[in-house]
Amino acid sequence: MKRVRQDVEAMARTDVQLMLDVKAGDDQSFELLLRRYRTPLVNFLYRMVRDPGVAEELAQEVFLRVYRARKEYAPSAKFTTWMFRIATNLALNSVRDNRHRQMEISMDHSVNPGDDDPPAMQVADGAPTIEQEMVARTRAEMILKAVHALPEKQRAAVLLHKYQELDYDEIARILECSESALKSLLFRAYETLRAELAPLVNSVRA
Amino acid sequence: MSSTQTCSGMENKLIAYLDGRAKPAERRAVEEHLAACADCRLRAEDFRALWSVMEDLPVLSPSPAFDAALRTKIAKEPALRGFWQWLPSPRLAFAVTALVVMSVWLSSMPRIAGGRNKMEARIEAKATQVTAEADYRMIRDLPVLENYDVLSKFDALSELSDSPVGVTKVGAGQAQ
Ligand SMILES: [Zn+2]
Repeated sequence: MKRVRQDVEAMARTDVQLMLDVKAGDDQSFELLLRRYRTPLVNFLYRMVRDPGVAEELAQEVFLRVYRARKEYAPSAKFTTWMFRIATNLALNSVRDNRHRQMEISMDHSVNPGDDDPPAMQVADGAPTIEQEMVARTRAEMILKAVHALPEKQRAAVLLHKYQELDYDEIARILECSESALKSLLFRAYETLRAELAPLVNSVRA
Repeated sequence: MSSTQTCSGMENKLIAYLDGRAKPAERRAVEEHLAACADCRLRAEDFRALWSVMEDLPVLSPSPAFDAALRTKIAKEPALRGFWQWLPSPRLAFAVTALVVMSVWLSSMPRIAGGRNKMEARIEAKATQVTAEADYRMIRDLPVLENYDVLSKFDALSELSDSPVGVTKVGAGQAQ
């Protein structure tokens, strides 16, 4: 009973309170932050880099950096702004490094287009029929492909806006642009997605 | 009424209107335009449909080994942290590290010139490089937060590196 109440109280604590506790030496609070953000982070990073293994590596690196910086932590920005800024920078670096590597490879051999296919993934969901699963999978691949085809900054903006539901001022700080520029960036990104995913969009509107 | 927005004027307003976060004035401007423009009405409907389509992206679960792997990495964190903790503030930590780096560098100058063995010189150069890398990582790892303070202080110190007199003064100041 007492344990349960403690957990509930802990869950109600804000990110900033938890981080201040971590700063004061309470590693239990770090565990709570980890539990709160590991899934959103892994998914954000997976959608940025499209490789689940790399996404997990990067998510761990984000947590490690948060932990390392705990002594200097000052709640001058929202915790999520800070964390997703680290994550976004790591993801962008990883994408750029990977592109360099791909270019080096393609100098020697022609790249196999099949290499870019997304890997089979572990889905946290119920148990639909095989047909439903295939349809859902195809849709998911289409969406993922379209999101991934966006320029990096637009991709990050869409993911932070649509899936993390961060405030405009947070996303603008993460991407280092003005809020107005961010809104235009999102407009252009969604306009591209609207065209790329037209069959899906129209099927919803019909 | 004559000041109806153009379609391009919607570019930085439509998204916030659709996700419900537009300010009242922006809302009114968008509503006014939508009432007069079929293209943008269609676009608005499509964006809403697109957002519901995008909900269908599956959510990946972190692998079962995720937490354990992270805990292992955290447990392996270098003892260097003890050094940082020992200092009352990151700013002072920088000051002291910068002084150490500079004194190593300064003291190594004449001795290298005086024909010291190459191995020693290499080791010292490596040590300096490692410390500089640690500093850089500290700066990089502090996004949003005390960045400005730390960086500005650090800049001030690097300016001093040209004048050993200034360095001595700062060193004496820190010791008090
Ligand atoms: Zn229009």
